[in-house]
Amino acid sequence: MSLTRQDVEKIARLARLSITDAEMPVYVTSLSSIVDFVDELSRVQTDDVEPMAHPLEGQRQRLRADLVTATDHHEKYQANAPRVQAGLYVVPRVIE
Amino acid sequence: MLHTLSMGELARRLAAREISSVELTRHFLARIERLNPSLNAVITLTADQALEAAREADRRLAGGERGRLLGIPLIHKDIFCTDGVRTSCGSRMLDNFISPYDATIVGKLKAAGAVMLGKSNMDEFAMGSSNETSYYGPVKNPWDTTKVPGGSSGGSAAASAARLAPFTTGTDTGGSIRQPAALTGVTGVKPTYGRVSRYGMIAFASSLDQAGVLARSAEDAAAVLEVMAGFDPKDSTSVDAPVPDYPAMLDAPLKGLKIGLLREFFDGLESRNAALIRDALKVYTSMGAETVEVSLPHLPLSVPTYYVVAPAECSSNLSRFDGVRFGYRCEQPKDLLDLYERSRGEGFGAEVKRRIMTGTYVLSAGYFDAYYLKAQKARRLITDDFRAAFEKVDLVVGPTTPTPAFAIGAKIDDPVTMYLNDIYTIGANLAGLPGISAPCGFVDGLPVGMQLIGPHFSEARLLSAAHHFQQATDWHLKSPDGYS
Repeated sequence: MSLTRQDVEKIARLARLSITDAEMPVYVTSLSSIVDFVDELSRVQTDDVEPMAHPLEGQRQRLRADLVTATDHHEKYQANAPRVQAGLYVVPRVIE
Repeated sequence: MLHTLSMGELARRLAAREISSVELTRHFLARIERLNPSLNAVITLTADQALEAAREADRRLAGGERGRLLGIPLIHKDIFCTDGVRTSCGSRMLDNFISPYDATIVGKLKAAGAVMLGKSNMDEFAMGSSNETSYYGPVKNPWDTTKVPGGSSGGSAAASAARLAPFTTGTDTGGSIRQPAALTGVTGVKPTYGRVSRYGMIAFASSLDQAGVLARSAEDAAAVLEVMAGFDPKDSTSVDAPVPDYPAMLDAPLKGLKIGLLREFFDGLESRNAALIRDALKVYTSMGAETVEVSLPHLPLSVPTYYVVAPAECSSNLSRFDGVRFGYRCEQPKDLLDLYERSRGEGFGAEVKRRIMTGTYVLSAGYFDAYYLKAQKARRLITDDFRAAFEKVDLVVGPTTPTPAFAIGAKIDDPVTMYLNDIYTIGANLAGLPGISAPCGFVDGLPVGMQLIGPHFSEARLLSAAHHFQQATDWHLKSPDGYS
């Protein structure tokens, strides 16, 4: 069950990844072989099996009191930002 | 020579003030300068900070403080956030990222007085089994520099094998500590899921990732793990259980230990590798352990299961790299979509993009049940098989990898062939179990590793079993020519 170029273009768009025309055939081939490989799972009988999201049984999401514990370090954290203005992250215009 | 001594001996000499941490640090910095160019194991050197930390350790030692790691140098895999120091995760995407905070394990090791020499090379975003996907170029295996050291903690493994530091840190999601440890002849420990905090450890697959250690011996690794392990409120999957004094438990008697021989591990294993594992098992039986045949019938599903679950989780985790708040941003984006697509398309390498797309596909509408849900069910079958085996045996021993180190370039073009390198290690990640790889011999001059896997939170027993083996053999003391 191989993937087509259209399949890969659609997946790349969902994943927000630009793939050049030159790269596309390589990705179509390698993704198809990966998908063929994992298709082996379809042959396993799993009707009465509970899916397992987590390796340890009985873990629960820990909650804490809704109190402010963090302090403002935005200048330190924004030192890595590509473009910042007035503490805001700058991106190309979104709203027309 | 200082780099051939055990950590216990180094700690003794530091405590007796026979050597200083500054001397020790200078010794390893000089080794890195001389030997790293042929290996490409270390990608960021933090010499000034290291000497400052060594001076601080010397002050603490002079004041009478003692600790197993106080004044001992280390190298961190470049997946751990280190405050004020570049943390690249082996990727162009984070080449310009100076971390504004320390990962929890970085802080713990710092508090214990360990001295960070630098950051080690790794497969990009921890995705790989050969350290060939790094933006910073491949790492070479010190045993044969035409061969891979394994991955994704390839830099840490090569650095440990070449004795560039007494210990290094790594992460293991599908085998990324154990497999490179096996290929480079060092001892690698992947703890139980939840044993060591993931806070500040750049996420690949959140239900599989674990931080651990690569060192010369189980004894050295035990001292490091004791500091790294423990509950962290900042990691919601961290387990609140006390940390045993692993070094104190190394000498627990081996007699009567029931070792499981996994049928599925030996099927199709190359004969010289298999012979070394069988020899290792004879060492165990001569020390009073018993071997019992066990079977994990669903184990052959582990590689396809992993290559659904891990990419799915990675596609989610790597969505944070969007060119907006940190990391690589493409030049002159025409609109927001272009910003996202080209920052990610240009910032990520091919293997990372393959895995993100595989993950996106298996989670997408119409395919979720067939792939992701199915894989989660297969995961339970594999985990249940291990649980049943551990009712009969205390731990399982087998190979870590199907072959010794392969040539750089040999497998990089075929992802599925590369993925099959993880065939023995992946099961432990899916089930959240602790695993150790320890050296057990050589094939054609290349190291071979033996793997021990135990039930959840059995690190003490695994370390002790590896330690007993290392008292009866000397594979772990061998050093590659040119790096001795």
